[in-house]
Amino acid sequence: MSKTWDIPGGIHPAENKQLSLGGPIRAVPLPPTLILPLSQHIGAPATPVVGIGDKVLKGQMIAAAKGFVSAPVHAPSSGVISAIEERAVPHSSGMQAPCIVIATDGDDSWIEHSGSANYREKPADELIAMIRDAGITGLGGAGFPSAVKLQPRQTITTLIINATECEPYITADDQLIRQRAADILIGIDILAHILGDPERVLIGIEDNKPEAQQALASVLADKPVTEGSPAIEVVEFPTKYPSGGEKQLIQILTGEEVPSGKLPADLGIVCQNIGTSHAIYRAICHGEPLISRVTTVTGKACDKPGNFDVLIGTPVEHLLTEAEFDDTCCSSLVMGGPMMGFTLPNQTVPIIKSSNCLLATTAEESPAPPPAQACIRCGHCAEVCPANLLPQQLYWHAQSKNYERLEAHHLADCIECGACSYVCPSSIPLVQYYRAAKGEIRLIGEEKRQSDRARIRFEHHQARIEQEEKEKAAKREARKLAAEAAKAKREAEAKTAANSEGTPESTTHNTSAGSAANDTGEFDIIQAALARVAANKASPQDQRKRFERAIETTAARLAKTEQVLEELSKDDSSELNKEQLAHIDQQRATVEQARLRHQEAKNKLAALDAEQPTAQKAPSETPAASSDDKSLDRAATAIARAQKNAAEQALMSPQQKLKKQRDALEKRLSKSQIRLTQAESDGSEQIEAFANAVATLNEKLKAADIELAGFNQNSGPAKVQENHREENS
Amino acid sequence: MTEMSSLELLITAVIAMVALATVFGLILGYAAVSFKVEGNPLAEQIDALLPQTQCGNCGYPGCKPYAQAIVDGEEINKCPPGGQATIDALASLLDVPAPELDAEHGEEAEVKSVAYIREDECIGCTKCIQACPVDAILGAAKLMHTVIVDECTGCDLCVEPCPVDCIDMLAVPATLADWHWQAPLTPAQHFASDNSDANLIATDRSLDHSKDRVA
Repeated sequence: MSKTWDIPGGIHPAENKQLSLGGPIRAVPLPPTLILPLSQHIGAPATPVVGIGDKVLKGQMIAAAKGFVSAPVHAPSSGVISAIEERAVPHSSGMQAPCIVIATDGDDSWIEHSGSANYREKPADELIAMIRDAGITGLGGAGFPSAVKLQPRQTITTLIINATECEPYITADDQLIRQRAADILIGIDILAHILGDPERVLIGIEDNKPEAQQALASVLADKPVTEGSPAIEVVEFPTKYPSGGEKQLIQILTGEEVPSGKLPADLGIVCQNIGTSHAIYRAICHGEPLISRVTTVTGKACDKPGNFDVLIGTPVEHLLTEAEFDDTCCSSLVMGGPMMGFTLPNQTVPIIKSSNCLLATTAEESPAPPPAQACIRCGHCAEVCPANLLPQQLYWHAQSKNYERLEAHHLADCIECGACSYVCPSSIPLVQYYRAAKGEIRLIGEEKRQSDRARIRFEHHQARIEQEEKEKAAKREARKLAAEAAKAKREAEAKTAANSEGTPESTTHNTSAGSAANDTGEFDIIQAALARVAANKASPQDQRKRFERAIETTAARLAKTEQVLEELSKDDSSELNKEQLAHIDQQRATVEQARLRHQEAKNKLAALDAEQPTAQKAPSETPAASSDDKSLDRAATAIARAQKNAAEQALMSPQQKLKKQRDALEKRLSKSQIRLTQAESDGSEQIEAFANAVATLNEKLKAADIELAGFNQNSGPAKVQENHREENS
Repeated sequence: MTEMSSLELLITAVIAMVALATVFGLILGYAAVSFKVEGNPLAEQIDALLPQTQCGNCGYPGCKPYAQAIVDGEEINKCPPGGQATIDALASLLDVPAPELDAEHGEEAEVKSVAYIREDECIGCTKCIQACPVDAILGAAKLMHTVIVDECTGCDLCVEPCPVDCIDMLAVPATLADWHWQAPLTPAQHFASDNSDANLIATDRSLDHSKDRVA
């Protein structure tokens, strides 16, 4: 017999265990409906994998585990999914939670399943996956997914099987051991194999269960020694509540205390409930998922209390009927034990994986707690606390909502066993204070997390807005600079156009935009590049516009100079002096120059259009290019025409111009003559002016003829002019 | 000799003082540079206590500006989302008496609420998206918007800009995950409730003495 240690505190409440130990585990008839909450375990609720109206078989998975700390849910019997909805669940809040409801068909037909007894040949990973897929959770009450517990990072030296069942009334584990000790021991061997055969495998059992101990011992004595299996030791220790707490049991069996905030695995210990090991045996050796459990139904309000092998999801009222529950004399219906259980809101809630007991008590059995009195500082609570806490201090701080002090007094280490409330002479519901405070602390923590997240999001939001503003400002600045550069370029353009020294290249624009970007050092390179690209894109159009403008201006200048010349020549017909003659010559030269420039601008425009076939077309020639081929053709013709014109201009531009001028003069003369004849017929007073104009035009035409003749002779405008002057003089 | 010694003494004292001043000055100068605290730690502490709804009910554009304003002497009772709990926390941090919540800035909400967009009515104007201080509204121009419930702080800044009034503030339904035990009635509360015999010692509880007490 191994040495055992004692835990601090603890109480010895009336056990009342004999009540439900009257007979073997009883079967429960199939209920018409099974209600399966999606969250029967600690961790994320399972996700339904069936739909309403689906036919399911016994053992079929109906909800899958979601995340690592989660467990799937299986159909406890065959039937049809009648609803997936919010139903009342066994929870101290009395609230509703999502459930899958199965209308059983009575066939109870199994899905195909198989297990094998040679688990020792399988790797631990495979067995853990099987346990996980079987939806096995701790059956002791907390409902922690077993597969998670079986994957510790630490090396495990001790496996502890919790057969303590320290709460009064509950006998489910006791009865299970008495009847199925052999299966349980196989389950324990599976656990030992998964955990790499720890040095010690201990079954902790209180000394109030001699029959269970006997059953285990006899099976262990008969058990053939399988190779590699560690020896299983049954450790008996004195009954005391709450020895069944995980940390308390570890302390009793090993003498080691699990430090605050640590896990048993940190000490190389894994603790599993004995009911869980039975479920693991069923899952590994028979392939059966966790669809039923042994539940004690007891209390003096039940005429036939006992232990029942009940399907998970069975409504409580169905189970109570089996125990011949008398509603009239029942004062409270509790799920769990009298110390840590909670009152059920109604009888429609189902049995879940962690429901180890239904306690229906009469008023005299468990009278309503008397009203709380003031704390008299007796200190009994501190004496019985198994976790070595100071319940009185916790009580004060919980009342004043001083959560910081509560945490400093290790409220989190309170196992809520209820020993302090049990001994309190003032009947203060101490545990309820602690539970409320724990909830508040959790809520505050949650709010803190949320507000921290909100803060981060707000900060990111602000940063983003700032960034956007900055980018906008930068863009504005870039646009402004680009506009300035374009303006400067236009001005330069106009200047060069006026000087007739060719047109500035688009590179001028580029450099100006580039330098502008460089000047404002804070702009990113991207902005500058964008500006450059924009400038480049705009430049052909700009050039085009420039040329068009040049054409216009040169045309205007041409018209103006011609007019001046005309006036002068009008004058020279009557009175002439040398100065005037010189002026006339000058004007004529200007006219020539303007014509040349006009022609040049036109050529350039044509060339540009040719260069940019897919871009803008010369409006006069190609209003719109419908297809690439067409535009290319047009571009080609435009190029050809432009080249031809250029060649013509280069060779015979002065002659042509003279001819043109002469033609224009002829036209004007004919018009003037028409006007004159009209005026003569009308008898207008402007006859004189018209006659004068006709005479002037005649003179001009004559001069042009002479000029043309002279040009043909001398092939040079200067000579023509000279000739003209000579002739005039 | 004595005069000389006193002069020497004086010089020694001056030198010693200057030396000490130099040494300590250097230490202080070094400390000022190397142990410099970035930002305002008090403002950050206050900001950590504020609920971060960024609702602007306090009159400042967010929790951080209000925290800074508190540092600069602003009242601590202008945060309705935080309620009395926040005021108490701020009061204990700043070591000042905790005032009541200033009703001018709003009332403390009973339950947390989040924005909900009636999606059929949403015209996709993006105005609420621009109003949301924590980017908890998802959507694009001319497309329906929706609220990311987990990120919504319930500041209701998005309600007012909505041109079609399709945003509601809905109370967050309580779930099992949020539920926790409520603290029981204290003996004083029992006493005040008058329908109990909490004031009686155990041996007298079976008797009806409540009338005697009232009398």
